[in-house]
Amino acid sequence: MNSPWLLMHPFLQAAAGGVLIGLASWLLLASLGRVAGISGIAAGALVPSKGVSTEETAWRWAFMVGLVGVGAVVANTMHVPVIAARPYVLLVAAGLLVGFGTVLGSGCTSGHGVCGLGRRSVRSLVATLVFMGAGMVTVTVTAIATILIAA
Amino acid sequence: MIKKLIFSLLSGALFALGLVVSGMTQTSKVIGFLNVGGIVNPQRFGAWDASLAFVMGGALLVTLVAFALTPRAGNKPWAATHFELPSRKDIDSKLLLGAVLFGTGWGLAGYCPGPALASLLSGGMDVVVFTVALVLGMVLAKKLVK
Repeated sequence: MNSPWLLMHPFLQAAAGGVLIGLASWLLLASLGRVAGISGIAAGALVPSKGVSTEETAWRWAFMVGLVGVGAVVANTMHVPVIAARPYVLLVAAGLLVGFGTVLGSGCTSGHGVCGLGRRSVRSLVATLVFMGAGMVTVTVTAIATILIAA
Repeated sequence: MIKKLIFSLLSGALFALGLVVSGMTQTSKVIGFLNVGGIVNPQRFGAWDASLAFVMGGALLVTLVAFALTPRAGNKPWAATHFELPSRKDIDSKLLLGAVLFGTGWGLAGYCPGPALASLLSGGMDVVVFTVALVLGMVLAKKLVK
């Protein structure tokens, strides 16, 4: 991992980052009484449903400002490598699927995964298993297709 | 109102710190975890990366305690009148289809909403293009489904 100042085993650093994500979720729960589901927060800020109060939209925007702003600062400090450019067609298809799917399925890795499993919700467990399964199938099919095309 | 904004800003900031430190803003790590073919045949598929499991484990260690302790009867959030947690328990076709679509897009690019937003200003054009499409997908779903 490209972060010399942490000097940890990659798995230990992954778990430490996970603990921070958990603490962030706890902070939002203890202060606002809400679940930290990023897809729900983003959709609520960018595409607010009719009749929702300004305050309900505002706290979601504040969360997004913290997420986007501090994400950029930390990535620069840690010199996180920028990944190679991929075809825009693939990125657009992926973005549409993730945006549509998380609204339809009421959550993503944070809402269903980190918070839903933390609440011991069976609904979230099912969603998490299904989206992880779908992700594994997609990556495997893509890999096989790449191998076949290269052969 | 201002208290709410400060706490949610701090929560978003801490969330971003966790995402970057954990390595989850690097799509190669996410795709590396979803690459289960690598468990069976690393020569052919490339190595499997267990990192995401450790991130989930670390986060769940905290949230399992948090949700067991904090939203109790008699407790109130610091900056809100009451806890407002999801209450649905039904497993319907929208949940399942949504999870399939989300998982497919996640596998294609390696981005889910949190890491995409946390690396929006530092991840190059890839994540910008992805995020614009992500928002379009959300708008479409809200228009068509709700």
